[in-house]
Amino acid sequence: MIPELGHFSLIIGLAFAMLLAIVPLVGVARKDQYLVRYAWPLSYGMFFFIFLSVIALGYSFAVDDFSVAYVAHHSNSELPIFFKIAAVWGGHEGSLLFWVFSLAAWAAAVALFSKGLEEVFTARVLSVLAMILIGFTLFMLLTSSPFERLFPVPMEGRDLNPMLQDVGLIFHPPMLYLGYVGFSVSFAFAIAALMSGRLDSAWARWSRPWTLAAWVFLTGGISLGSWWAYYELGWGGWWFWDPVENASFMPWLIGTALVHSLIVTEKRGAFRNWTVLLSIFAFSLSLLGTFIVRSGVLTSVHSFAADPSRGMFILLLLGLAIGGSLTLFAFRASEMSSPARFELKSKETMLLVCNLLLTVACGTVLLGTLYPLLIDALGMGKISVGPPYFNAVFVPIVLVLFGFMGVGPIIRWKKSKAGELKRQLIVPAVISAVVGLAVPFLADGKFNAWVVFGIAMAVWVTLMTFRAAYNIVKTKDGAIDMTRLGRSELGMIIAHLGIAVSVVGATMVSNYSLEKSVRMGPGISHELAGYTFNYVETKNVVGPNYTAQQGQIEVYQGDDYVTLLRPDRRQYNVRTMDMTEAGIDWGLFRDLYVTMGDPISRTEYAVRINYKPFVRWIWFGSIFMMVGGFFAASDKRYRAKAASKVKKATSKLATA
Amino acid sequence: MKKLVLFIPLVVFLGMGVFLYKGLFLNPQKLDSALEGKPVPAFQLEVLESGEMVTNETLKGKVGLLNVWATWCPSCKYEHPFLMTLARQDILPIYGINYRDERPLAIRELSREGNPYAINIFDHDGRLGLDLGVYGAPESFLIDHKGIVRYRYAGPIDRTVWQETLYPMVQELQAEAAKDGAS
Amino acid sequence: MIKSLIKKVTAVMILMSVALFANATPVDTYQFKSTDNQKRALELAHSLRCPQCQNQNLIDSNSPVAQDLRLEVYQMVDEGKADNEIIEFMTSRYGEFVLYKPRMEAKTYILWLGPFGLLLFGGLIGFFFIRKQRIAEANNQDLTTEDQQELDRLLKRDGK
Repeated sequence: MIPELGHFSLIIGLAFAMLLAIVPLVGVARKDQYLVRYAWPLSYGMFFFIFLSVIALGYSFAVDDFSVAYVAHHSNSELPIFFKIAAVWGGHEGSLLFWVFSLAAWAAAVALFSKGLEEVFTARVLSVLAMILIGFTLFMLLTSSPFERLFPVPMEGRDLNPMLQDVGLIFHPPMLYLGYVGFSVSFAFAIAALMSGRLDSAWARWSRPWTLAAWVFLTGGISLGSWWAYYELGWGGWWFWDPVENASFMPWLIGTALVHSLIVTEKRGAFRNWTVLLSIFAFSLSLLGTFIVRSGVLTSVHSFAADPSRGMFILLLLGLAIGGSLTLFAFRASEMSSPARFELKSKETMLLVCNLLLTVACGTVLLGTLYPLLIDALGMGKISVGPPYFNAVFVPIVLVLFGFMGVGPIIRWKKSKAGELKRQLIVPAVISAVVGLAVPFLADGKFNAWVVFGIAMAVWVTLMTFRAAYNIVKTKDGAIDMTRLGRSELGMIIAHLGIAVSVVGATMVSNYSLEKSVRMGPGISHELAGYTFNYVETKNVVGPNYTAQQGQIEVYQGDDYVTLLRPDRRQYNVRTMDMTEAGIDWGLFRDLYVTMGDPISRTEYAVRINYKPFVRWIWFGSIFMMVGGFFAASDKRYRAKAASKVKKATSKLATA
Repeated sequence: MKKLVLFIPLVVFLGMGVFLYKGLFLNPQKLDSALEGKPVPAFQLEVLESGEMVTNETLKGKVGLLNVWATWCPSCKYEHPFLMTLARQDILPIYGINYRDERPLAIRELSREGNPYAINIFDHDGRLGLDLGVYGAPESFLIDHKGIVRYRYAGPIDRTVWQETLYPMVQELQAEAAKDGAS
Repeated sequence: MIKSLIKKVTAVMILMSVALFANATPVDTYQFKSTDNQKRALELAHSLRCPQCQNQNLIDSNSPVAQDLRLEVYQMVDEGKADNEIIEFMTSRYGEFVLYKPRMEAKTYILWLGPFGLLLFGGLIGFFFIRKQRIAEANNQDLTTEDQQELDRLLKRDGK
């Protein structure tokens, strides 16, 4: 009964979406405010019924209703309750429902928090969101409903894939989907702006906090995914350039460019077409990611079970959404050159260059990701494009980007004063170069260009960000006034520092990791990076739905006891699958990471010991970025400005 | 002019869409064999049952089907009944490569389920499999009368695969062999 | 209908036989002759793709074929074989597919030169955009002659 209610509720949600996609737009066309205002209750209704649908699926999991095929395939009565709930988004159908739910939630949030905006504009935004939602809900109902029943009803479920039984599953997919789908809001704002034909700075102002919010979620989703892969897969890697990872990384790159381009459009009225285009790109790449993950056109470790009919449907949606919006762009984009003028040495130029570099970086990732498909489609055989390619082409581009990123925050809008720029740049540049050159010699005495550039750029960005902070808080008479630091400036500073922190982590762990694969058993000890690993014994452990052999490894540094590492090998009861779980001792400057391989003899195992310097910095950096993005999105000063601007705009519309 | 520039993103996207559409009908997992057109790699291995030596020379002279199988491979069990049917029709010899398997297990399996193979090559450490570019069982290779690999099929053979793909090629290769034999 | 069903069944079965090995982390206790050999071998094995797996390199995959190939790489490195010999060994058996870093050849020109093309394209867009600003600026006569000279000099330098 409950699953049917969920299914039915989804259909009602779809009906609301259909109304929402039509009624307000009819209202706009007929200048009928009464119809336009329907957008709000319709958005809330759409959200409510889709939310009910998610609850129904969650309930079916909680009570082990194995008559529901999706539950039977992704759960088991032995599965701990929090995994049962998280299993809602653990497979194709449920994650799609969650995708749609995120979209409805964003739409409801836009409806709720944009009371200050122009009514007609918001109504258009909500209609566009509803159109996207219709597409994906139809996709779900027609090809992959999570509420389909099974007959005969199985006694037990097939269990959730043990790979997914981890806290990672609870947080990573929701964050990622909220980020992915969040760009639909920026997209809808851009489309609404194109529809209204008013590409002024107002829409950029309105779009900014939403874009930032989506960016924060996506940053969180990607870094959680990276962290999860790091500790769960047992390889100690944190980024694999897998098509599915790239699928989430590309919208992030474009989203980052968009966040910055919006600033220029808002503050200076420039780059209008470019900003609209980036808004469309960011969401298009999210959709492309959905296509890659669910159609099976590319081989990935993470993809869902492939099915060409699903792929066809998503491709159709892709064509409608992206093709439609780019056509709209081609016809409606502003042909007026922007009124704002700026010189070569100006913040505008810096932001333009960074934007172009981010887009080129994204284009490179796209090229590498789709190239095997391209070659295959042309009948030229199968090739693979993997980490060596991406590292070779992507890293140099972003290193150049970091150079400009340092200058951006300190340079003035329009035109920098002669000499001022040079004065501010020289000292940080020298310090960065010196530190960059020093690090490889201090680390192992060998010159390493990647380390030199990586560290130098991280130091450069850090110093320049602090300089920018100083420039902001310094008053004309030389005093320090912290109140000059608004939330968006603070956000920028924190987020930019976050990039520097992540770059340090990535550089160090990529170049100075150590590993050793050894035979270990009771009484055997090995040494790595100054640590002694002493295998004490193997314990048998019984978990809620698995049994495991757990190695007990004491770690000493010299004579000092550091920690006890407990890597294990688990046998999951239902899927009869072996899993390894790494034993990790995390630290600010290094992780010790131990995995147990196959047993070699009755008491001995193959064990891999890893020393990973600064690996945590990668994720610390992304926490910085998220906090920064959050501050920028919640800038009060800027919201007040937006409201006053809106009043002006609405009064203009009223007179028009 | 300016107007046309605005169409660039749309054109690029449409071009990409065509490839994505084509991509739906491709299987990224299906690899072409690097060995097609090359001779069967030289080997000297034991016959599964008897322990006699068999080499790549043994396979020459007749168009044959080289089938990689193992007792640990579930898809091989699915494929096995069809191979039995094929063996009874006596169209071409089927040579087995018992890949990374245990001898007693393999012998028992064949005595229980029937033995479709003319010769069974015992490739215990997977060396021949490696040289053939095998990445999983079952895999089958069509070899011509000169001992050259002409086609590789990865995955279990069934009636459809045989009739639509393999059998036409076998006929062609046998015609070639007959021509060579006549001249 | 039945055909597609059979296809699905076999696909599931193939997936199952892969899944049996897929999840436990492989650890080899192969003893290299020297740490330099170890470093080279690991680097090489990291850049080769397991032909059977979803998208894993030889080091990360636990499938039997990855295990074989990995050992093969280790042994060949210890025998003193050069990187390109080992790569040749792999590609002659498993094809170009196993190379994570595709060779520079006719069909990968776009892949390898594409990023430069994109960079050039982006640079041109930026250049024309900024130049347009400059011309408009010059028409506005807002600049002092000194500024104009400075700007010209910089633009020339960037253009080179």
